[in-house]
Amino acid sequence: MKGRMLLAGFGGQGILFAGKLFTYAGMLEGKNVTNIPEYGPEMRGGTCNCSVIIDEDPIGSPLVLEPDILIAMNLPSLDRFEKSVAPGGKIFIDSTLIDRRTVRDDVDAYYIPATRLASDAGIAKLANVIVVGKVIRETGICSMEIMDKVLEKVVPPTRAQLIAPNKKALEIGYRFV
Amino acid sequence: MADKVLVKGNEALGEAAIAAGCRFFFGYPITPQTELSEYMAKRMPKIGGTFLQAESEIAAINMVLGASSAGARAMTSSSSPGISLKGEGISYIAGSDLPAVIVNIQRGGPGLGGIQPSQSDYFQATKGGGHGDYHLIVLAPNSVQEIVSLTFDAFDLADLYRMPVMILGDGMLGQMMEPVVFPEHSERVLPEKTWATDTTKGLRKKNIINSLYIKPDVLEKINFERYARYAEVEAKEARYEGYLLEDAELVITAYGATSRISRNAVNALRAKGIKAGLLRPITLWPFPKDAYKSAAKTAKAFLTVEMSMGQMIEDVRLAIDCLRPVHFCGRTGGMIPTPGEIEAKAEEIARDF
Amino acid sequence: MSTVFERPKALSDVLMHYCPGCTHGIAHRLVAEVLDELGVCDNTVGVAPVGCAVFAYNYFECDMIEAAHGRAPAVATGVKRVLPNAVVFTYQGDGDLAAIGTAETVHAATRGENITVIFINNTNYGMTGGQMAPTTLPGQVTTTTPYGRDPKLIGYPIRVCELLSTLTGTAYAERVALNNVKNVRNAKKAIRKAFEYQLAGKGFSIVEILSTCPTNWGMSPVEATRWLEENMIPYYPLGVYKDIGGDK
Repeated sequence: MKGRMLLAGFGGQGILFAGKLFTYAGMLEGKNVTNIPEYGPEMRGGTCNCSVIIDEDPIGSPLVLEPDILIAMNLPSLDRFEKSVAPGGKIFIDSTLIDRRTVRDDVDAYYIPATRLASDAGIAKLANVIVVGKVIRETGICSMEIMDKVLEKVVPPTRAQLIAPNKKALEIGYRFV
Repeated sequence: MADKVLVKGNEALGEAAIAAGCRFFFGYPITPQTELSEYMAKRMPKIGGTFLQAESEIAAINMVLGASSAGARAMTSSSSPGISLKGEGISYIAGSDLPAVIVNIQRGGPGLGGIQPSQSDYFQATKGGGHGDYHLIVLAPNSVQEIVSLTFDAFDLADLYRMPVMILGDGMLGQMMEPVVFPEHSERVLPEKTWATDTTKGLRKKNIINSLYIKPDVLEKINFERYARYAEVEAKEARYEGYLLEDAELVITAYGATSRISRNAVNALRAKGIKAGLLRPITLWPFPKDAYKSAAKTAKAFLTVEMSMGQMIEDVRLAIDCLRPVHFCGRTGGMIPTPGEIEAKAEEIARDF
Repeated sequence: MSTVFERPKALSDVLMHYCPGCTHGIAHRLVAEVLDELGVCDNTVGVAPVGCAVFAYNYFECDMIEAAHGRAPAVATGVKRVLPNAVVFTYQGDGDLAAIGTAETVHAATRGENITVIFINNTNYGMTGGQMAPTTLPGQVTTTTPYGRDPKLIGYPIRVCELLSTLTGTAYAERVALNNVKNVRNAKKAIRKAFEYQLAGKGFSIVEILSTCPTNWGMSPVEATRWLEENMIPYYPLGVYKDIGGDK
């Protein structure tokens, strides 16, 4: 599928990293991709977001104003972006940190306690990658095989010991129902 | 061919400059181009190049002048207020017939303005900025891959025509990540720099790099010669990209970041049955006038989209001799126009067709 | 018959534009003699200023660059970074070096940029007709201080060698004068030492040369020399202000 994704959360939650994973995956699958971190008049202190577009066709504006996929890793992000999601789109919510449901009834919402799952599995910093696994399962935006390759590519050789926990996080998210 | 890699615009520019043979970068911190300076600071020492943080933008551009005089490929980068400071040096580089590459990652102005993306330095880049009769070649990429290819072109064109070349970008392009392929080297054959002040080594008469001609008839002659070269640049180097122009009744025209947003608007307008097309100048100087003239044959109106109060609109009107109405849709101060805003303006114009 | 005096090879065989009695000509000659003696003219790039010495690019036989006002040290930096083994010097006046180009001067020095600066201090902007310079003395009349420089209004002169001597990057700073034969000989020694330091890679070297400007001072050359001795040397004492020595 093609995808206009918006990933949002607090700085330090690995939002940009998750965005980079999808962008890389799209690139390795031979599609057109763009990725742009929050830059522009919408910039606010403390929160962090990035726009990722994966498309068969050439991409115009890299800014995602009406996402098909929204990943909200904290409440301010959900508050701010849920109204902009395209009808029929999908919202992924870290339900450990966000204690409300979406107000939208024309989208599919997925609630995954990613932060708790991560800490239960002893990979506390990888809630972002758990959500990535869930997104892959629910949207098919890329294959798990490609994402495995992406992780090997994106994690620098000096930190190769991080590949295994990342793959574990991906798996946890993918299997979560 | 090399592998595709995913890179940010700012870093792609730096890496392309290195691949193009630039070994001397003189910088000064200013948002939103600092990442490029930082990238060069990290990379240059690893490849035997020089990164030097100057005491000011003025010093940095004059270091470029010195390095270029000595025959090297040299570059500096800044953002709008810093480019104003470089104006003096740019004029001297133009007046001394030296190649140089200057990057402007534009931000909102005037004055200290803001740090968000902008295109309000169009006049400064294309009409002057410094004093005197001169031009810069101004290149306006709209993708990370094009940042790479135009950076190669910038160095080549600067050497070929012995004139400063500006890469005019904005914060959106600088921050954006896209897959790119880096070419190994340039294909062009370039003249030897026999004019360089790289010491005589006892093998030739001395060279002088100079922009002072105290006798008016001599200065006039030099300026005439330089403008003959500019005419050649205008004839040979104007570049643009057309999208759905063949039958376009409404020609939307934009460069850089706004051209990407405009492309979305064109697609949406076509879906609504409005014959819209996109004319994107890649060189802002020389301005691709012929492309506008030919688009004017089918066009009923033009619409320029800019992150400014409307600057390129003047060149569009001149290019088509005001034969068609030229409308404007823009945001300023760091605000980015949305495809929806452009569509609304376009639909308003198309109602009169 | 043997030749006892001739034009240095590094000095161009052209008519100079300097006013009668001006000491720029002597300073040029000393620099050229040193380039000859060190045998480096064909490995040298000079940078001319804006000011009376603006045409210096016509007077030296090495490659020359004409810089914007005050920017010569930045231009020289660019050249030196590309050609680290070449000899690179700037030739600048007081307005160029110590007013509009103060930042470029101070930062080239503090970087320890391995270049040589020849600094002509004649207490006024000569080329534009004798306006106040950063080195104009208290009470001195110029066209922009018609009632004499009043420090209460416009402050005090800058002592460049003293200022630059505080910077770690400055390897050598000496003030000399061109008022008599002995001092001219000393000036040449200082210029030679400055270039030798550059050749040895020691860092930034500057020779400040107290010079006369008979035209704008409104004096005969002899009167101007006396004025330099009576007014400038007491305010700008001659001597070595920084010398990191031979071994660095």
